[in-house]
Amino acid sequence: MRRTLSLVALAAAPVVVLTLFFLLPVGGMLARGLWPDGADGGFDPGAALEVLARPRTGRVVWFTVWTSSAATAVAVLLGLPAAYALHRLRWRGRAAVRAALLVPFVLPTVVVGVAFRQLLREGGPLGFLGLDQTPAAIVMGLVFFNVSVVVRTVGAAWEGLDRRPAEAAAALGASPATVFRTVTLPALRPAVASAAGVVFLFCATAFGVVLTLGGVRYASVETEIYLLTTVLYDQAGAAALSIVQLLAVVALLVVTGRLRRVADATVQRVTARPQRPRRADAPQLALTGLLVVALATPIAALVVRSLRDDGRWSLANYTALQTRGDDGLLVVPATTALRNSLQTAVDATWIALLLGLLVAVVLTGRSRSRAERRTRAVLDGFFMLPLGVSAVTLGFGLLVTLGREPLDLRTWPLLVPLAQALVALPLVVRTLVPVLAGIDDRQRQAAASLGAGPLRTALTVDVPVVARPLLASAGFAFAVSLGEFGATSFLSRADHPTLPVVVVRLLGRPGEQNYGMALAAAVVLAATTALVVLAVERLRVPALGAW
Amino acid sequence: MRDLRVPKVAAAAVLVLAATSCSLIGSDESSDAGRDGSGETTAEDTTVILLTHSDFSLPKKVIRGFEQESGYSLEVRPSDGVGTLVNLVTDEAGKPSGDAVFGVDNTFASRVEDAGALSPYDGDLPPGAETFALPGDDGQRLVPVDTGNVCVNVDDTWFAENDLAPPQTLDDLADPAYEGLFVTSSAATSSPGLAFLLTTIAAYGDDWPDYWQRLLDNDVEIAPSWSEAYYGGFTQGEGDRPIVLSYDSSPAFTVDEKSETSSTSALLDTCYRQVEYAGVLEGTENPVGARELVSYLLGEQVQSALPESMYVFPVVDGVDLPPDWSRFAQQPSEPYAVDPAEIEANREDWLVEWNDLVSR
Repeated sequence: MRRTLSLVALAAAPVVVLTLFFLLPVGGMLARGLWPDGADGGFDPGAALEVLARPRTGRVVWFTVWTSSAATAVAVLLGLPAAYALHRLRWRGRAAVRAALLVPFVLPTVVVGVAFRQLLREGGPLGFLGLDQTPAAIVMGLVFFNVSVVVRTVGAAWEGLDRRPAEAAAALGASPATVFRTVTLPALRPAVASAAGVVFLFCATAFGVVLTLGGVRYASVETEIYLLTTVLYDQAGAAALSIVQLLAVVALLVVTGRLRRVADATVQRVTARPQRPRRADAPQLALTGLLVVALATPIAALVVRSLRDDGRWSLANYTALQTRGDDGLLVVPATTALRNSLQTAVDATWIALLLGLLVAVVLTGRSRSRAERRTRAVLDGFFMLPLGVSAVTLGFGLLVTLGREPLDLRTWPLLVPLAQALVALPLVVRTLVPVLAGIDDRQRQAAASLGAGPLRTALTVDVPVVARPLLASAGFAFAVSLGEFGATSFLSRADHPTLPVVVVRLLGRPGEQNYGMALAAAVVLAATTALVVLAVERLRVPALGAW
Repeated sequence: MRDLRVPKVAAAAVLVLAATSCSLIGSDESSDAGRDGSGETTAEDTTVILLTHSDFSLPKKVIRGFEQESGYSLEVRPSDGVGTLVNLVTDEAGKPSGDAVFGVDNTFASRVEDAGALSPYDGDLPPGAETFALPGDDGQRLVPVDTGNVCVNVDDTWFAENDLAPPQTLDDLADPAYEGLFVTSSAATSSPGLAFLLTTIAAYGDDWPDYWQRLLDNDVEIAPSWSEAYYGGFTQGEGDRPIVLSYDSSPAFTVDEKSETSSTSALLDTCYRQVEYAGVLEGTENPVGARELVSYLLGEQVQSALPESMYVFPVVDGVDLPPDWSRFAQQPSEPYAVDPAEIEANREDWLVEWNDLVSR
């Protein structure tokens, strides 16, 4: 009884937040589609079912599934060697590269889209590949934005993996490949499954990338929901597709849940010191280098362009950031928008970490009964939902539910940070859960039997293992918040724009100066992200165990 | 008991984080209160809430002008694009979360009217504005505030350098002489894109799908948004196509200061007129304030600020335009138009058919 109560108490805050800011808005949108004549009109899913039967819907769903699966597979294949090189090996500059990998996360898709098109279009530097406006370009774009999820999530788990079992296997004569297959990979499987699940959901709900890189020829579930909601006003159709999305999330959770469960819960975790690279690590390092180059190319094109003004090299676009743009297009100077963004991101980060830690603790506690295990499984899925639901559905739902009494929160300063924290929450949870779940409970029991109090036990057993992943996920949450545009564009306060909002606004008007400023602002956003993430990761105490 | 160990650490970590960032929120709020003076002390009925889209922008001076003139403080609630705004306003028809709305355009006007989301403005329209009133409404519910035309633009420099006469008409765009030169934006995801689809419907009637087929055969590029068409596809941006879908005001932004000429021009025979309306929301708690705001939007201060703040033309006669505008932003004399009621009746069919056509 007491255990159940403590479980409920821990889960209460995250559940309430998610209910208010996710379940109510999205539920309201679904209800509008399924009860077309309001609450008195009766349940009428006919229109929604009709949408599902359209051949176009089938094509759209299939296209979404296959591009997302392909992008997830590529992201995992590219991300694993990089996770190893960046989290298990020690070399000069790896912290900077780790931080830089988060940059694609915060770049407005319009900006990246223009940069990509420049490279890929006929006559562009990569035009010979013939990828422009093809599904392959969409997959590339999805990988570009999401590979860092794999690197971070898997890296955080890999970092804390004890070397000794692998060394023992090697000493017993296993080849490196066998060691990886039989020792390392099984230990990493929960983290890989977590990362793959998150990446798949990000891909399946991607909006800008599909449109920008695929052109109008390809439609995904997300672009279709946008069309149905904002242009065609077809709430039944949008609801039907949202339900498809939700079902897909649930199916995905069942699959990844299976993959995670087989993990050996007694795996030893210590903060293994990263090693100097050896000759055998060359392939991983080379692949990481390749990945960095691939990610850096569009960004470099962006930086170069932002430094050009009127055919000359110049910092004019950057100095213009202190102004309100051509003819005062902006409400506040871009520098003020940057400050707004940073404040919002700090708030979003602590909210996401607070909720994420609570959720992770709840999810990884050892279940003693079937009911308890079920409850945890349901909660697990519950907190992943925000990733799998269309930003349009959520954004519009929030607008409709939170704009009025009794919940008129439109001008509440924490509304935008909270919405962003919900987007980051699954990332935080997915980073923490595999690590927390890997702590052998017997370590705590041993500590307790040796006379350590609860606090002492947590400090010596849990904290050293969780501290680094927590910092990693802080970086994540921060980057997500800095770059978030979807929910923000629905809820932004007029006199308080964030930097991505400013970039999009500048890009929405003609004029050389507006364009240059937009690019400079995007570069500043990217640089800020990299620097802050770098600083956060530097915060770590060298000998955590000695707290 | 064991379960309580980790949470303690969590709580400690959270306290530290919360303590460091609370100061940020605190400073945030205090600066807010200092700036607009509309903190918690302001009673409900002294504030006017304006629902609008995220392109809404007016100089602070102009907004302060309203607040001083009327005694109300103005709270602007922007959300995403026109489509979202229209959805919001129709969804909460009769029980609005704001007092007034600005930014409904003639593409969506009928939907807002039909939903009963607006109450009559009961004011006189200044000279010039009545030309833009919605047929059958006479500017009583939907009050015209600004106008602009979606027109095909050409890069004159490119055409001069390549010794090719620029196109003039919609038919020219499908002429093989201009194959692969035109980049437009999607009717499904961009507001000018939808306007261009309506242009072709106004021009070709039921034969518009044939025209689009000819455009597609002529290798038209369809970008998802105006930004991606103009900056990604157009030769004046990063692209390689010298014909782009944009606005009649766009040439005013490509003026070369030395030669005092614009390097682009709008094709005035390809234009579709967009009008943005404001209105008093039905069921508002502050109808008087809402009316004052709508009336202020028609006043000299707002009307003359429109070109530089929102890149659109005023609807009221005799308002001075910025110098570059009066010289380079030519307005078409007879733009294409489709009756809003007809748009409302057919929008879905047209878009589905267009989508099928271009995604084939």
